[in-house]
Amino acid sequence: MSDPAWINAALTAARPQALGALLRYFRDLDTAEEAFQDACLRALKTWPVNGPPRDPRAWLIMVGRNAALDGVRRRTRQTELPPEETISDLDDTEEALAERLDGAHYRDDILRLLFICCHPDLPDTQQIALALRIVCGLTVPQIAKAFLVSEAAMEQRITRAKGRVAQADVPYGAPSAVERSERLAAVAAMIYLVFNAGYSAGNNPARGEFCGEAIRLARLLLRLFQTEPEIMGLTALMLLQHARADARFDENGGIVLLEDQDRSKWDGKLIAEGLALIDKAVRAQRPGPYQVQAALAALHARAARAEDTDWANIDALYGVLERMQPSPVVTLNRAVAVAKVRGPAEALAMVEPLADRLGGYFHFHGARGAFLLQLGRAQEAHTAFDRAIALAGTPAEAAHIRMHLDRLIRENVERAG
Amino acid sequence: MQYAILCYNDEDVVWSWSQEEDKAVMDRLAVVGERLTKAGKLGTSLRLLPTTAATTLRKTQEPPLVIDGPFAETKEQLLGFYLIDVADLEEALSVARELAAANPGGAYEIRPVALFNPDRRAQAAS
Repeated sequence: MSDPAWINAALTAARPQALGALLRYFRDLDTAEEAFQDACLRALKTWPVNGPPRDPRAWLIMVGRNAALDGVRRRTRQTELPPEETISDLDDTEEALAERLDGAHYRDDILRLLFICCHPDLPDTQQIALALRIVCGLTVPQIAKAFLVSEAAMEQRITRAKGRVAQADVPYGAPSAVERSERLAAVAAMIYLVFNAGYSAGNNPARGEFCGEAIRLARLLLRLFQTEPEIMGLTALMLLQHARADARFDENGGIVLLEDQDRSKWDGKLIAEGLALIDKAVRAQRPGPYQVQAALAALHARAARAEDTDWANIDALYGVLERMQPSPVVTLNRAVAVAKVRGPAEALAMVEPLADRLGGYFHFHGARGAFLLQLGRAQEAHTAFDRAIALAGTPAEAAHIRMHLDRLIRENVERAG
Repeated sequence: MQYAILCYNDEDVVWSWSQEEDKAVMDRLAVVGERLTKAGKLGTSLRLLPTTAATTLRKTQEPPLVIDGPFAETKEQLLGFYLIDVADLEEALSVARELAAANPGGAYEIRPVALFNPDRRAQAAS
């Protein structure tokens, strides 16, 4: 198949494994990336002519490895490159290599590649940028555009992150079972960071693509660790949240709250996959925070209309999450469910003690304002909404709160008149 | 003669298609489907979710073992199928060739149908 779109998709799909294997050979990220790049260029040249190889991943690893070794030889001894045909005609060697690839290395190579992007010294934005560049193969201009920075600045940020990673001394041997599960947890958190960078970006389409990339990485990870309930949970969580993408904003880019969304715009395919994964995860009886969050998203996904939402169960699940992962943000989210089940007074009482820790958080003041408004304390609600607007991260967030404020002002005017 | 056309492809690649690419492929397949529908040759067709969402019941022991994931770890996975009603294998092959032209990569297995049970949910409702 010589269709350029297919070749591009095949190169993208092969990237994590091929790059992971090349990283294991060369133990140097730049060399591995160059080798993969060389292999891709040769693929674009030879696949349309000779047809695609039986195993594109094995082909890319083999050709990449040869190209990099040639590079090393060329630098050291100025020897001639072998002719193109001898590299392209890989049928026998490809088969042998493909068999070895199915072995134990395969999983650890990809996990290692993902893991080096989660170095604890790297700030979140650098982890995200590094993963998108290295693992997903997004270009620097693509990533720069999404983060609204110049290409030069993003290039520098990625180079600096790579420098940190190079010094980090990642072990290249097969990890122990404990190391493997630690890596898996770090990688899961990094993938969710990538997703949230996209999800929280409002309706910026360049950033919105991150959600799709994160889901692709999660599916890949789940293929490697088919029995890990938390990876099922993470994948389900992102699928269920991403399923609402087309309903989350109106035509002017304004936020549409969950309860006001047109549920026919939710992506049924993503929801079906997410629900199937939660069902699978639950069978393992090893609950974790991603599974609980996915179960929360599933309760929303299962409600045909907003008024069908099972708020009591949502309250209970947030209770579970609070015990697993105590955090003021979780309590704040729980309060929203509590407001529905037991009324705004109880919800307000729940969030008031969080003021110290969440005083700088947009959603805290937004939710608090909404509870106050429901309780008829208009003046206090007004103050809370003002605080929220000052802290809004995106224009859409600010616009949403302003809508509440406008309503308040209108009602005050009506009352006065 | 009824044939099932089983669609195999590398799901990593298929799920790496951009939304636009995916839509373009589905649109091209729909054109083939439309022509087959008009000719009265197309039965049920469906597309499966990724194998990561699959569960397998292994009957190698008693009671059968429930395993996460697909039945077999293969490079290309079963991603969907078409049921067609055609005169002979040649015609089934020509349908598969049309589908292949619309959908890059992978392979189609053309397999004669032994038993066909139509959708019976409507009967349960009545």
